[in-house]
Amino acid sequence: MSGFSVTEPSQRQKWIAGLLVITYAMVTLMPLLWIIATGFKSPEDAISYPPKVLFEPSLEGYVNLFSSRTRITTGMQESLQPAETWYEQVARDSGTIIVGPSRYGQRFLNSVVIGFGSTFLAIVFGTMAAYAFSRFKVPIKDDLLFFILSTRMMPPIAVAIPIFLMFRQLGLNDTQLGMILLYTAVNLSLSVWLLKGFIDEIPFEYEEAALIDGYTRFQAFYKVVLPQAATGIASTAIFCLIFAWNEYAFAVLLTSGNAQTAPPFIPTIIGVGGQDWPAVAAGATIFLIPVMIFTILLRKHLLRGITFGAVRK
Amino acid sequence: MAQIIIKNLRKDFGDFTAVKASSFTIEDGEFFMLLGPSGCGKTTTLRMIAGLELPTSGEIFIDGEEVSQKRASQRDIAFVFQMFALYPHMNVRQNISYPLKSQGMPRAQIKAKVAEVAKILGIEDILSKPVGGLSGGDRQRVALGRAIVREPKAFMMDEPLGALDAEFREHMSEELRALHDRMGATTVYVTHDQLEAMQMGDKIVVMNHGSVEQFGVPQQIYDWPASLFVADFIGSPPMNFLHFNGAVGEGDSKVSLSGQVFDIPQQLQAASGDLVFGVRPEHVSLNDASAYKGKVLAIEYLGTTQVITIESANGVLKARVASADMVEVGQQVGLVFNPRTISLFDKSTGAALLSDANKGVLDHG
Repeated sequence: MSGFSVTEPSQRQKWIAGLLVITYAMVTLMPLLWIIATGFKSPEDAISYPPKVLFEPSLEGYVNLFSSRTRITTGMQESLQPAETWYEQVARDSGTIIVGPSRYGQRFLNSVVIGFGSTFLAIVFGTMAAYAFSRFKVPIKDDLLFFILSTRMMPPIAVAIPIFLMFRQLGLNDTQLGMILLYTAVNLSLSVWLLKGFIDEIPFEYEEAALIDGYTRFQAFYKVVLPQAATGIASTAIFCLIFAWNEYAFAVLLTSGNAQTAPPFIPTIIGVGGQDWPAVAAGATIFLIPVMIFTILLRKHLLRGITFGAVRK
Repeated sequence: MAQIIIKNLRKDFGDFTAVKASSFTIEDGEFFMLLGPSGCGKTTTLRMIAGLELPTSGEIFIDGEEVSQKRASQRDIAFVFQMFALYPHMNVRQNISYPLKSQGMPRAQIKAKVAEVAKILGIEDILSKPVGGLSGGDRQRVALGRAIVREPKAFMMDEPLGALDAEFREHMSEELRALHDRMGATTVYVTHDQLEAMQMGDKIVVMNHGSVEQFGVPQQIYDWPASLFVADFIGSPPMNFLHFNGAVGEGDSKVSLSGQVFDIPQQLQAASGDLVFGVRPEHVSLNDASAYKGKVLAIEYLGTTQVITIESANGVLKARVASADMVEVGQQVGLVFNPRTISLFDKSTGAALLSDANKGVLDHG
């Protein structure tokens, strides 16, 4: 018989905790599982009622997502050569032929360029601004910091029209550069505030040691401060990327073609030849992947980042 | 290796003056202590010498060169921080070699240098360890290694033993002093621990409220404090102060306390009003023949000696006497003061009155 422990939970408590966590995870993961499953259903299965839990997997959604097709008659189909590739075969099985790629790939690429580009800039500028706010005597520092934060206080849609007019004048409408600049500006307030907190936690002595060891202040910044702020930078980058990646309102208003990102594009997939839910679901599933990879790559930092400063070592 | 001269150094932070017109000279190869209570400006002074703060006014000469407005990196000094400030993302070897890298020294030479320093400090076996897991003493040694590897003109140390536990401190202070004697480099060392200062320092500057109170070798400062502050700050227990209202004239060698006349060193300065009669506890002895009486309040037994707290007509004082002396709490005892060790102070200014005995010490400070 083991003694009573204050810190170690009992077997029963562990079971209850585990059950709670699993239940919560089930609830929150349900929509995600539904999206992933729907991507592999046939259009008929996707809208069947009651919903099918077990179904025959099909790649039709993915084929439809990446291709533009045209419907053909049964007679025409019989006159064609046998399909050369598996995806052509999938298209023919549903009575269509592929006439070219869809625009999803390009929209997806826009999302990658704009999302990662703006995250990169928000981190570069944010780190430097946060360092300056943390270390130097900046006149009216508190007011400036509040001003930076206040840019986040209104919903983006409130400033969408003026930004639209401004972008039109500057020729930035529907350009990747315009969207990168916009998302960078929106994310800067977040990155400056988060990173300032992280940099404040780094003792000044490390830089002073570097200054005395013969380094310039900028060298001290990037050789000594940056490596130690890596945790904060990683978690801030994830937050910035998630925002830029998922942003919808600005993207709908300010992009239509060349620079359109995936979020405003995905809903338009549905309109091509009936309600193509599997293609929409496939688009959403693929759209999840980069953020997931990025987050998994940085998750060690993210965990430490969120609890950073809570415990002094 | 260098002489450091501080002239009228002053530092203001807004309305607050951290250091007021300090001047002193640190000779080449000296182990120099900046001593004072927290907030006295000693660390600010050190940081100004190192170039981490720029002085509001005044001059700093290192090796004959005026450096007060120069960058830290241009002063060729090394700094040991209280919390060590080892670069946490580097291992021991990288930490020690970091200052050499900034000079663009070739890799092979850096390696040889680091090996040499590691040998001096006895840390060869931990060179490839990360600094995070090191013990306090090893961190201290790595911090010292990073300082000495460059062979700078001078070392600045900001309470380097402050973060160590008491037991280890003793050991480290010996090691530090031995290292200094071996290298012979000018060292400026900040501490608030008077024992540490006396034990390790060749010379001490005592600071209070941003001003230099006294400057000299440990024994002179202990024996002939320049002010009530120094007398109270140095020594454990500190100097006894017997308060009296009276007068001493120039050339007097006696002073009257509550009707009793005591021999004192010949005075070179006249004063009257509220005065303080200062005597160190070890110069107080018990003798029932004395007419100056006091009542024993407490006895602290310390092995070879005992410290006896006595209430006299001029205030409470402590006597450090041999353990063999038999005394009891509540007992009336007669007190005798060693006349050659007495200092008189003017209570209003806090300054020591000049006498034949302390003039040699106080004149040059």
